[in-house]
Amino acid sequence: MNPKRVKVPERSPEERIDDFGEVPLGYSPDQAVEEAKRCLQCKKSPCISGCPVDIDIPKFVNEIAERDFKDALETLKEVNCIPAITGRVCPQEEQCEAVCVMDKAGDPINIGKLERFVADYARENDLEEPPEVEEVKEEKVAIIGSGPSGVTCAAMLAQDGYQVTMFEALHEPGGVLKYGIPEFRLPNEIIDHELEYLEQLGVDMKMNRIVGQNVDLDELEEKFDAIYVATGAGAPRFLGLEGEDLKGVYSANEFLTRINLMKAYKFPEYDTPITHMKKVGVIGAGNVAMDAARSALRMGAESHIVYRRTTEWSPARNEEIEHAKEEGVTFDTLCNPKRFIGDEEGWVKEMEIYECELEEPEEDGRPSPKVLEDTEHKKEFDTVVIAVGQTPNKVFYENAEGVDVKHWGGIIIDEETRMSTREGVFAGGDAVSGAATVILAMGDGRKAALNIMEYLA
Amino acid sequence: MHEIVEKEKLNEEMTSLEVEAPLVAEKIKPGQFIVIRMHEKGERIPLTFYKKDMKKGTVTMIYQKIGKSTCQLDTYEEGDQLQDVVGPMGKPAEIKKYGTVVCIGGGVGTPEVFPVAKALEEAGNEVIIISGFRNKDLVICDSEIEESTCADSFYLCTDDGSCGREGFTSDLLEELIEEGKNIDLVHAVGPPIMMKVIADITERHDIPTKVSLNSIMLDATGMCGSCRVEVGGEMKLACVDGPEFDAHEVNFEEFMQRITMFEKQEEKAMKRWKEEHEGCCE
Ligand SMILES: Cc1cc2nc3c(=O)[nH]c(=O)nc-3n(C[C@H](O)[C@H](O)[C@H](O)COP(=O)(O)OP(=O)(O)OC[C@H]3O[C@@H](n4cnc5c(N)ncnc54)[C@H](O)[C@@H]3O)c2cc1C
Ligand code: FES
Repeated sequence: MNPKRVKVPERSPEERIDDFGEVPLGYSPDQAVEEAKRCLQCKKSPCISGCPVDIDIPKFVNEIAERDFKDALETLKEVNCIPAITGRVCPQEEQCEAVCVMDKAGDPINIGKLERFVADYARENDLEEPPEVEEVKEEKVAIIGSGPSGVTCAAMLAQDGYQVTMFEALHEPGGVLKYGIPEFRLPNEIIDHELEYLEQLGVDMKMNRIVGQNVDLDELEEKFDAIYVATGAGAPRFLGLEGEDLKGVYSANEFLTRINLMKAYKFPEYDTPITHMKKVGVIGAGNVAMDAARSALRMGAESHIVYRRTTEWSPARNEEIEHAKEEGVTFDTLCNPKRFIGDEEGWVKEMEIYECELEEPEEDGRPSPKVLEDTEHKKEFDTVVIAVGQTPNKVFYENAEGVDVKHWGGIIIDEETRMSTREGVFAGGDAVSGAATVILAMGDGRKAALNIMEYLA
Repeated sequence: MHEIVEKEKLNEEMTSLEVEAPLVAEKIKPGQFIVIRMHEKGERIPLTFYKKDMKKGTVTMIYQKIGKSTCQLDTYEEGDQLQDVVGPMGKPAEIKKYGTVVCIGGGVGTPEVFPVAKALEEAGNEVIIISGFRNKDLVICDSEIEESTCADSFYLCTDDGSCGREGFTSDLLEELIEEGKNIDLVHAVGPPIMMKVIADITERHDIPTKVSLNSIMLDATGMCGSCRVEVGGEMKLACVDGPEFDAHEVNFEEFMQRITMFEKQEEKAMKRWKEEHEGCCE
């Protein structure tokens, strides 16, 4: 038994920073089988409880070991309609892999890459069966938002025969998966393929419909028997610092949306522009910040993460941090911006930075950074990206009478029934929790679907 | 997909475009705007809403050829399809009885201010329209404003005096104020510098004033912050909090700087477009 993982082939850093192609190449069938055979199939299966959607991990891993790739796919799809996506973006090291017993003997099983392998292999070899749909029911359900939470809820309800219509504000479905996460981590064609599943299930996908702006919740209530709100946490948070409105200062959402959704990296072939950048400072150190910093490299710039803690406290997935380092992103840690300084034409040219030290841990177990007085110094940057979090977009909740929200905009729901304070209106994903993860958003979508079924029964 | 039902070239720079968009037509109100995307590779372009036809399910927008995207849009003909027509976007203008309202439109601001003026008149206001253009060849909407009885008085001016009065819209406004006209609200839409000058004038005279800000927008759904402007010391998003704001609260200096952010890229795209499409957009 090999205590170490089978290595995942990756493109070299030199090669990959010149384009937006995917970084890890994924396992070959033989490599996947070899990795799967490392699984002890232990009785306790802690990995299942580590998974927010309870995938039967030992089962699908065993099916890979037996080369029953099609069965493995079915096992995954029982609870996860988008395994090619979660296999790529889940923080497995904090979930299923964190509790794998093999961790003690060497490396935990590479569950994420095995999941990805199954989904990719099935797609490339046409192993996917068209989904079976129960007899069509009378009831109609509206889903607001087409991110992972909305997609999961829609798929489950449609499978069960409900008539599902999805309303998405942007011109393409996918939510953060499409506009936020870059193609070098999650290629668009994979998202599109996974979303085809919804079409096969007969979900009516309506783009360019912004509930609260050009569609009213009241209107939906008249036409639908239940509503699931999965509008995410899409509004950018700014720091409120001097100079934040200078040219060259972007929110991470703007920076990534220009590059990913609108393909500004192919400007002028694509119409949406992005400014030319030589040295980019990304403030923050979560997944969003890593995505921005690595995108900046690919736009030909020198790229820095400016973070007030140390890297070990970064909330990003380990793989992203490693990839960012390999590719040459510089980590300016224990640094907190004070203000941004512009030139006479209003372009950002410098960031003034305080040094920090770490104090005793905060409630969430992370030490809080303390700004050290008189340590201000200036660093040159011609582009700044602010990646310090997102909050729910108010367009929905400010126009949704009866749907109560917390002070920061998170929709209040009953934990049991998953219903908001308005009858028949359910909610989940980042819109409820604030910026979290794909798999938690999916878990919410599942729970909401089950509760909606019960509500409509 | 949205079919172009009618296209009318108004002058060398401006064109009106009537497109099929029943959902937008059903809901849109004066002061709101529309976002279009021509094709898969296109950007999301915010455009002025001019009028709608509920029976036909169409909306009419007026655009000015200023960059690559609007030049390309100009190559679309009746019967062609636009990929996306999204709206209504932004908040509608606040329509109520103010008393006497001066509606000021500069350039393509005029078609935006026209539906607002009509609504204000219907709400019982005395409406004065001031509309300004660079020269007589660029004048638009004048006959429509005259035909519609929405304005109690209508003043037209051009920078060079080739049509109507010579001078800027702000000059005419100042004249009205000096004549002692009692004005309860000014609603101005046009080039940023025009809106700033008007804001300065009305602030001196203590006349409440609204402007409609054409910030740089990306999604126009409140998701990116590209359109952020400082209003009353707070950050606002022009796409969802606006586009209409209290002119005296707007930080025009910042606004005018930010809207030049992509000038270089726009020039580059334009140059490439011209090379590939000789004779177009001269
Ligand atoms: C750059 C970036 C990288 C990330 N990386 C990871 C990662 O590696 N791993 C991970 O697990 N998580 C990651 N996350 C977090 C993860 O993407 C989110 O937690 C997840 O997408 C939330 O899903 P959701 O369905 O709740 O919302 P979203 O994915 O945000 O989708 C919400 C959708 O609703 C639409 N919408 C909003 N308002 C309205 C309205 N009024 N009407 C109609 N539609 C509306 C939006 O346009 C959007 O499409 C990342 C996030 C970002 C921004
Ligand atoms: S255009 Fe993106 S928030 Fe306004």
